[in-house]
Amino acid sequence: MGKILLEMKNITKTFPGVKALDNVNLQVEEGEIHALVGENGAGKSTLMNVLSGIYPYGSYEGDIVYDGEVCKFGNIKDSEGKGIVIIHQELALVPEMSIGENMYLGNERGFKAKIDWNTTYMEADKYLKMVGLTESSKVLVKEIGTGKQQLVEIAKALAKKAKLLILDEPTSSLNEEDSKALLDLMLGFKKQGMTMIIITHKLNEVAYVSDKITVIRDGSTIETIDCHGPEKISEDRIIKGMVGREITNRFPRREGVEIGEINMEVSNWTVHHPLYPERIVVNDVSLNVRKGEVVGIYGLMGAGRTELAMSIFGQSYGILTGGILKIDGKEVHLKKSPTDAIKHKIAYVTEDRKGNGLILSQSIKVNTSLANLNSISTATVIDKDKEYAVAMEYKNKLNTKTPSVEQLVGNLSGGNQQKVLLAKWMFAEPDILILDEPTRGIDVGAKYEIYCIINDLAKAGKSVIMISSELPEVLAMSDRIYIMNASRIVGEMKASEATQENIMAMILKSGRGA
Amino acid sequence: MKKSISTVLKENTMLIVLVIVYLFFTITTKGTMFQPLQFNALITQNAYVYILASGMLMCMLTGGNIDLSCGSFVCLLGAIGGYFMVVRGMSVPVSVGLMLLVGIIYGGVLGYLIAYVNIPPWIATLAGYLAFRGLGTAVLSGNSKTGSIAPFPQEFLKLFSGKLFSTKLNVLNMPCMIVGLVAAFLVVLVIFGTRASRLKKGYEADSFKAAAIKSGLMAAVILLFAYKLGMAGGIPTVLVWVAVVVLIYSFITSKTTIGRHFYVVGGNKEAAYLSGVNTRKIMFLAYMNMAILTVVTTWTVIARFQAANSTAGTNYEMDAISACVVGGVSAYGGAGSVTGMVIGATLIGVINLGMSLMNIDANYQKVVKGVVLLGAVAFDILSKKRAK
Repeated sequence: MGKILLEMKNITKTFPGVKALDNVNLQVEEGEIHALVGENGAGKSTLMNVLSGIYPYGSYEGDIVYDGEVCKFGNIKDSEGKGIVIIHQELALVPEMSIGENMYLGNERGFKAKIDWNTTYMEADKYLKMVGLTESSKVLVKEIGTGKQQLVEIAKALAKKAKLLILDEPTSSLNEEDSKALLDLMLGFKKQGMTMIIITHKLNEVAYVSDKITVIRDGSTIETIDCHGPEKISEDRIIKGMVGREITNRFPRREGVEIGEINMEVSNWTVHHPLYPERIVVNDVSLNVRKGEVVGIYGLMGAGRTELAMSIFGQSYGILTGGILKIDGKEVHLKKSPTDAIKHKIAYVTEDRKGNGLILSQSIKVNTSLANLNSISTATVIDKDKEYAVAMEYKNKLNTKTPSVEQLVGNLSGGNQQKVLLAKWMFAEPDILILDEPTRGIDVGAKYEIYCIINDLAKAGKSVIMISSELPEVLAMSDRIYIMNASRIVGEMKASEATQENIMAMILKSGRGA
Repeated sequence: MKKSISTVLKENTMLIVLVIVYLFFTITTKGTMFQPLQFNALITQNAYVYILASGMLMCMLTGGNIDLSCGSFVCLLGAIGGYFMVVRGMSVPVSVGLMLLVGIIYGGVLGYLIAYVNIPPWIATLAGYLAFRGLGTAVLSGNSKTGSIAPFPQEFLKLFSGKLFSTKLNVLNMPCMIVGLVAAFLVVLVIFGTRASRLKKGYEADSFKAAAIKSGLMAAVILLFAYKLGMAGGIPTVLVWVAVVVLIYSFITSKTTIGRHFYVVGGNKEAAYLSGVNTRKIMFLAYMNMAILTVVTTWTVIARFQAANSTAGTNYEMDAISACVVGGVSAYGGAGSVTGMVIGATLIGVINLGMSLMNIDANYQKVVKGVVLLGAVAFDILSKKRAK
């Protein structure tokens, strides 16, 4: 047993009306990677905010003992001064600034008011090398991909002389390759004696990197599992702790759904980048989906999946240079507007619910009715009673957890936001639904509910296209799978014939990308 | 479900501030503020703010966008109206129609540049801010030695200024009182009607006591205004214009799909677009609408001053923006209401009038207005934070 670096004792944090944390205990040994898992809203982020001083000393009960002394952090600067650095889920980099400028933002090198740029860039380059980046620190952040941006965040943390590094969902926006690289980097740091806490929903990652796992549920610590103990750690074992029950099947079965005629068919679809027209983003793609069928599109991030979906949805992305879209056997030419796509009964449920899916400053009610406002209006006057009734209907149907449909969407958890987003598109009454990463960043319980909704949609005879970068999900939920890589469809197979191995093999065989 | 008294207070902070400020000036002016003529002045002096701010509200809803050109445009439109009506002696309906046409053309060009060419609104309207005052002054000085065009035909003045069924001062004007009684009755009817229908459908509604207090207070304010205006000679004609504009925009913003689209575009433009909202059309409409309301404002303004001159409309854009901001309209878009704007405009109007009555130096009046603007917004944000 090593030295205990951090101990959080009996932490209780109450917000008006809610006990967010109830006597939480956390012990982190020096030099270990400690995973913190739990459903959305379980209190993981609140706990880390207490630790980093975002919720200052005095606003919570309990003690933080760090490196043998009781700490009373008043703000983030205090905790960073001790070497506790958090990397938040949403990247906090300024795109128009260089990597070096970003790394020393608020921590500038130099003397008093004058910034010493030579030192800044020299030190920045040193830390970039440590995280395995070869870019110069003078490159602008917007010019590097999300994966590398995440690495810059880590380099930034290192530059603050971090001793305890907290990573909140570090891989949520990374593809599998970048995720693997990041996790390996963490293991490398561990060898050099760094202590880390990782918060993640991806249980395979937990099993891969962590030494200990603490499970939080409903604001309390449920257990701490030692990964080097005699018991072998399985994902099911962790899930059991998180949800308090055994989920025997993470994917609900879809039975007795009859797959009908081809509902939508896309052939030779080619799309160019909106700003750099010489770049082909979707290359000669053909696919179809039948009534009552769930078609999975699997591909790594950047394969062109979202771009394909959005360009089908009323050319809301890129420049369409060729291709035929047939709905119900008839060729249609959609105008360059989502309105026209909605009229043709197509819905696109975005992967970026906060960015371009929901209006966070508005209520659940307003968001639910948005895409089909005309159906509850006469002569442009909205029938507020009908609107309320619709919002209530979908709240109950999708089991959205909220005290009222007047609640602002911004106050909901990720899983519930996703349900509101789905409600909006279900209310638009489409025949064809394109779901882009429908379960990204939401917890196991909510995922299960979303899968049930997808099954219900298929049962109702809708055609569902599900874009996902989670292989188990694609395999379990789809009837048929398209594999996309480097802007092309590189394969198609029945779900019954597909395995993780042959899908990955297909991507590798396609040569480029991956 | 019942709302606690503290939530009611929090939801109506600006209204309470308005009442306190009003009482303050009534005391400091030893009751002058409460005299019939001051009620009349409050409305005629601020009519332009209510009308312009209705348009500014729509612009701000789309994402904190503003129109800097409306004040200067009032000057230019006034000069054009004067040229047609006074210099060329054209008929009032034709001149008024031509002014509207100029407004629609400008609104179309501006809306196109902002919505379809993607020029940031404040830059697109800054051009008008500079150009229109110059153009207006040029038209004025080219057609008159004094630099102001007058007198306007009586027919025009009657349409936008003066009083309805005018009577002498300090004699109660009966038509005014009757309109007041009807309005008060309608307010009570609407409040209880809404409550009854909400209760029938099982929604959250005010308790009987709350509804009674609310309708009682509103009816009392309306009757007080009716009485005071009645003693001051009757309903100012401009109040009819203001009331029509305010009621129309209140209806659009709260009840219609198009109004809802303004809010969602301001809340998240990208999401609104992907949900089938024609975001460009909304941006276009915001500025087209603003230009049309600027024309309406110009009619009332030149009728009130009975002349078109080169200083007309100075700082009107700022008055409209202030009224919105003090009235709780979000500077980032997506939130705000006509009711809030009306309260904000009235608050600023009361402060202006009160300070004039107290004979405060005009320079210091500006200082006070600046401080009040900042204070009001800070107070609003702080009280909302605490409410959370």
